[in-house]
Amino acid sequence: MTGCSQTELLIAVIARLLQGCAHVAVGASSPIPGAGALLARSQSDGAMRVSVLGSLRNNFFTSGGVELFDLAAQGRIDAFFLGGGQIDGQANINLVGTGDYPDTSVRWPGSFGSAYLYFLVPRVILFREEHTRRVMVPKVDFISAPGVSEAGVYRPGGPHALLTGLGLFSFDRARRRFRLESVHPGHSVEEIRDNTGFEFDSPKDIPATPAPDASVLSAIRNRIRGDIAETYPHFATRLAADERTSS
Amino acid sequence: MSATSLLSLHALTGRIPDGALLAVPKDSSGVAMAATRALARRGVRNLHLVCVPVGGLQADLLIGAGAVTTVETSAITMGEFGTAPCFTAALRNRSLHIMDATCPAIYAALQAAEKGIPFIPLRGMIGTDVLRHRTDWKVIDNPFADDDPIVALPAIRPDVALFHARYADRQGNVFIGKEREVILMAHAAQTTLVTVEEIVDGNLLEDPARGGAVLPSIYVSAIAVAKRGAWPLAFADLYPMDDAAIGRYMMLARSAEGIAQFLAEWNTGVQAAA
Repeated sequence: MTGCSQTELLIAVIARLLQGCAHVAVGASSPIPGAGALLARSQSDGAMRVSVLGSLRNNFFTSGGVELFDLAAQGRIDAFFLGGGQIDGQANINLVGTGDYPDTSVRWPGSFGSAYLYFLVPRVILFREEHTRRVMVPKVDFISAPGVSEAGVYRPGGPHALLTGLGLFSFDRARRRFRLESVHPGHSVEEIRDNTGFEFDSPKDIPATPAPDASVLSAIRNRIRGDIAETYPHFATRLAADERTSS
Repeated sequence: MSATSLLSLHALTGRIPDGALLAVPKDSSGVAMAATRALARRGVRNLHLVCVPVGGLQADLLIGAGAVTTVETSAITMGEFGTAPCFTAALRNRSLHIMDATCPAIYAALQAAEKGIPFIPLRGMIGTDVLRHRTDWKVIDNPFADDDPIVALPAIRPDVALFHARYADRQGNVFIGKEREVILMAHAAQTTLVTVEEIVDGNLLEDPARGGAVLPSIYVSAIAVAKRGAWPLAFADLYPMDDAAIGRYMMLARSAEGIAQFLAEWNTGVQAAA
């Protein structure tokens, strides 16, 4: 690696996944997606707008919390990020808890806007750094939002990619399967297979996830870090500390 | 409709009866924490809490104080502090009825009440376990097209909406800035109670620059002044989150005694801070 941290790598990958979008929205508690979206915007030559929830400067909303959802239904949001306490091989996500709902054995905060936005935003990027069999399960215990829908259900949106701390997958909606696209430097396909509870397609030669080049890295470390600090000051501080240990 | 009353904090929270359907906003939209503490100390019971559209410290504290029977929310989270302790404990003990929702469904159900209509259709949700467990939500056929199932949500008409705002004038007009979801809550609710940092002179509706960011007094039942009324949560650009106070809450919230101790400490804490 050219001395970049994992966080910087993920930010660069997210920016690549967002290329061509006109408007990207970033939800709450999403510093890495937020930084990735701001990086993509800085590379778009003014063609991309970004709305970061919780930001004053990078936010177009003036109609309250409902505006994000109305914009999505109007087709004015091209990409959004969702996570999951559990994610399965059909791209179903669970943000509610494990066990037999409502008697969950572990309870997470709740579904937030996922049960709606997953249906309406064309390019939903699933982002979860932890890549273990605890998270990547054969079948989620609770479907906060399904990866695919039956014919006849209004669904312009859905999963586009799954990005974790180990690798990047694309999702084939027709075949209802993930496909491993790249493995992050320092990790292997075997490691990914060992830590994934579901089947996925993997081509014979899987490239390493490309690290950001010097100019992208410099943008992350200067402009983007400053931009994201407005909304996520603690994260921006950690990003600076990572840089010192990885360089 | 009677004129807006200017009340003490104690009298304001006295307008929230046991068993009320109480709507409260998300952390960044002005949470009436001083009023919430007064409510918890009074020993309010059997609240049906609607978090618009998610809850945090306020919901967790009310649950920990034994004030909540049912909570309808899209999430309850303490953000960077982690899992909401009283919320998760109450679910584990089965002492709380949870109505899991998704953010736009809560907004839309309030919009139905705002329009005075019994239900509202909304996209998404079909095939989720959120919908499967919400027996009060129905899938209907779009009456204007073939083969287009869509979810119908019953209106949420809160008995009381409660929030904190920057200031109000003496007529009862409340400046809310960009936090327009409190307008939606007030339109939908039968009674709206607001705490404010201060009362200002003049009539806010006469100022063209601010008038569009005002909740008019016609929707406001009563106002109480509560300086630093959102503390220990952050409020607008006036004060940041008090990390130490919330950290202490996370420690004490493991027991009912801890919650009681904390309510007492916070009372004096807010006086010291104000």
